[in-house]
Amino acid sequence: MSPDLVKFIFGRLTWEAIPLHEPILLGTFIVVALGGLATLGLLTRYKLWGYLWREWLTSVDHKKIGVMYIILAIIMLLRGFADALMMRAQQAMAFGDNAGYLPSHHYDQIFTAHGVIMIFFVAMPLVTGLMNLAVPLQIGARDVAFPFLNNFSFWMTVGGAVTVMLSLFVGEFARTGWLAYPPLSNLAYSPDVGVDYYIWALQIAGVGTTLSGINLVVTIIKMRAPGMSLMKMPVFTWTSLCTNVLIVATFPILTATLALLTADRYLYTNFFTNDFGGNPMMYVNLIWIWGHPEVYILILPAFGVFSEVVSTFCGKRLFGYSSMVYATVVITILSYLVWLHHFFTMGSGASVNSFFGITTMIISIPTGAKIFNWLFTMYRGRIRYEVPMLWTVGFMVTFVIGGMTGVLLAVPPADFVLHNSLFLIAHFHNVIIGGVVFGMFAGITYWFPKAFGFKLDPFWGKVSFWCWLVGFWVAFTPLYVLGLMGVTRRVSHFEDPSLQIWFVIAAIGAVIILCGIIAFIVQIVVSVLNREALRDETGDPWGGRTLEWSTSSPPPAYNFAFTPVVHQLDAWWDMKARGYERPTTGYIPIHMPANTGAGVILAGISTVLGFALIWHIWWLAAVSFVALAAAAIAHTFNFKRDYYIPAEEVVRVEDARTEALRSLT
Amino acid sequence: MTAAGHDTHHAPGAHEGHGHDAGHGSLKDYVIGFVLAVILTAIPFWLVMGRVLPTPQMTAVAVMGLAVIQVLVHMIYFLHMNSRSEGGWTLLALMFTLILVVITLSGSLWVMHNLNTHMMPLDAHDMKQMP
Repeated sequence: MSPDLVKFIFGRLTWEAIPLHEPILLGTFIVVALGGLATLGLLTRYKLWGYLWREWLTSVDHKKIGVMYIILAIIMLLRGFADALMMRAQQAMAFGDNAGYLPSHHYDQIFTAHGVIMIFFVAMPLVTGLMNLAVPLQIGARDVAFPFLNNFSFWMTVGGAVTVMLSLFVGEFARTGWLAYPPLSNLAYSPDVGVDYYIWALQIAGVGTTLSGINLVVTIIKMRAPGMSLMKMPVFTWTSLCTNVLIVATFPILTATLALLTADRYLYTNFFTNDFGGNPMMYVNLIWIWGHPEVYILILPAFGVFSEVVSTFCGKRLFGYSSMVYATVVITILSYLVWLHHFFTMGSGASVNSFFGITTMIISIPTGAKIFNWLFTMYRGRIRYEVPMLWTVGFMVTFVIGGMTGVLLAVPPADFVLHNSLFLIAHFHNVIIGGVVFGMFAGITYWFPKAFGFKLDPFWGKVSFWCWLVGFWVAFTPLYVLGLMGVTRRVSHFEDPSLQIWFVIAAIGAVIILCGIIAFIVQIVVSVLNREALRDETGDPWGGRTLEWSTSSPPPAYNFAFTPVVHQLDAWWDMKARGYERPTTGYIPIHMPANTGAGVILAGISTVLGFALIWHIWWLAAVSFVALAAAAIAHTFNFKRDYYIPAEEVVRVEDARTEALRSLT
Repeated sequence: MTAAGHDTHHAPGAHEGHGHDAGHGSLKDYVIGFVLAVILTAIPFWLVMGRVLPTPQMTAVAVMGLAVIQVLVHMIYFLHMNSRSEGGWTLLALMFTLILVVITLSGSLWVMHNLNTHMMPLDAHDMKQMP
């Protein structure tokens, strides 16, 4: 074939793009391929394809979508954490004559992929997954407002994750750091596909995130059970509302900023170039207008989880409910007024820097109020130190220290010393691991029995918690020290041998965290094997306070046979206190949304479109774009959107539950 | 409260979007909105094509002002926004959006202007590179 034809068919894609010459990547690929083949083989062997397609992949049930989000996050956590271990290993050995085992172009891809994956494909799916799982149950709804959209959002997130993973084996990932600042990310300095993988992965996943944000905002505003006024909503629902409002308001800024960068890279515009009037600082400014609210998007739902856990496991109403709500709303607004603290050192004058320094310090006030609310809830409570409560206490200790180093960094002169140092790295891992990750593990442990009908094994949960807590401090305290000594981030080789001991300690900490992750997986396996002993028959295994505990575990597809009526905050606690009798007659057919494969198809085509754009395969891009539009239009002609669960089916399910509850007493 | 009563919220495809108390607008409203939108589009076109105002800057300001009025017309006549629809949620959402847009735009202008005034002056060679 003529070179022109090959170029037309494959664009920039050549055999060179397949990393056969990189033993680490080749080994990873072989392991992944074997694992994938084994999974496919097992699915075929046990004839699970139909079940998987009908019951999970095409499901519009918010509970199943929530579970799938969390599974995606855990898979991506393994990838992101593997990156972390590789960085720790490289930095622990690469001193003086020893160059380490990673060439710098590979190391740069690893730290970029680590950041991108951990934020966009671990933390975000964990947060969205938990909100999907718990919010409709907490507000007494049968599903989210737009069930198909929910399924589509999930698959778009998967599409983004697949695109990032693909860069491991086809081509390369960005070498720019997780926010891809220009001019480095522009064509002049990154002509390869790495940044294009970054852009299209985030744009595809961003569609999902934005739509799921809209979906959950509408769900919370429009679908609350009768009687549940805003100030009677559970705190997790409140924090979810604020998080999704933030998503809807800020993700378009990310989309637009990346679109401008795309224009620079594909259409040779000069928004962010150094020449022709372009201004890279505008990118930094815009990306942080999204980026700072993003960290509150992640942490607010974690705050919600801690609020639910503290009040449940202390057997007390949450202290200062309304102050908690106002603190959340104030954080939501303030999170828009602090973005410049990410680039104090980049040339602004004293007036700008001091304004943003002060707003940053102000934001610690509502956050501090929340910490005191949790402490006062624990005060004189009957505290049960079950695993979710352990995560919560571990969070309070860890997060407060992370918050204080944050206030240190908020002082512009201090930031001039610490900017881009390992002190900053330690700070944001301190709040993201100590806040978001601990919160999500607390939430997973807390709601696992609701999702699956049995609790997680407490022993392995405690092992996981202690490994994470101890591992975190062993891994990141050395980075605080190194940062104060002036060591900068994203460095793959050092000359000063006196620093090495700190990196070795940090690597040991990472291995302890690895034990925590392994213990978490062991915990799930042990719990599944031992599920009969851990079974939750009541639907209310922890003595819960909110509506999700009023239905069975796992809930029926329709969640509630009768929509609950809410009179008080902590509605289920109130119902229990007033001797609530579960209705056992009078069931009627229930109207439910029908499953559809359109989400999988649309997201699949979007992923192909992204791949074609990354590799400049223009014919494939055109074909997949047309196919995308056609599939979306075809979906609008699918009128089988809903069905009725017949009354007999409801009677059967509810009678079985009545029987199960009677046998308990 | 029966399940059927709540059921109305759960029918996907049947009625997405409007709640019970959202205005749907009458034909008269749509006609008024359409006519206003056309007028507010025609005036800027005339201002630009006919070079009516003495300086381009004044034209730009006038077009921007008319654009803001155009946005308001769309929100009132086509999106049926008023202080009562959806129990005040649309108004609240609008105010929140406005606050964020103002923060984003004025903040960016402030930050970027401040950065620019702190840049080192360009020499003659650099100036040639500028468009």
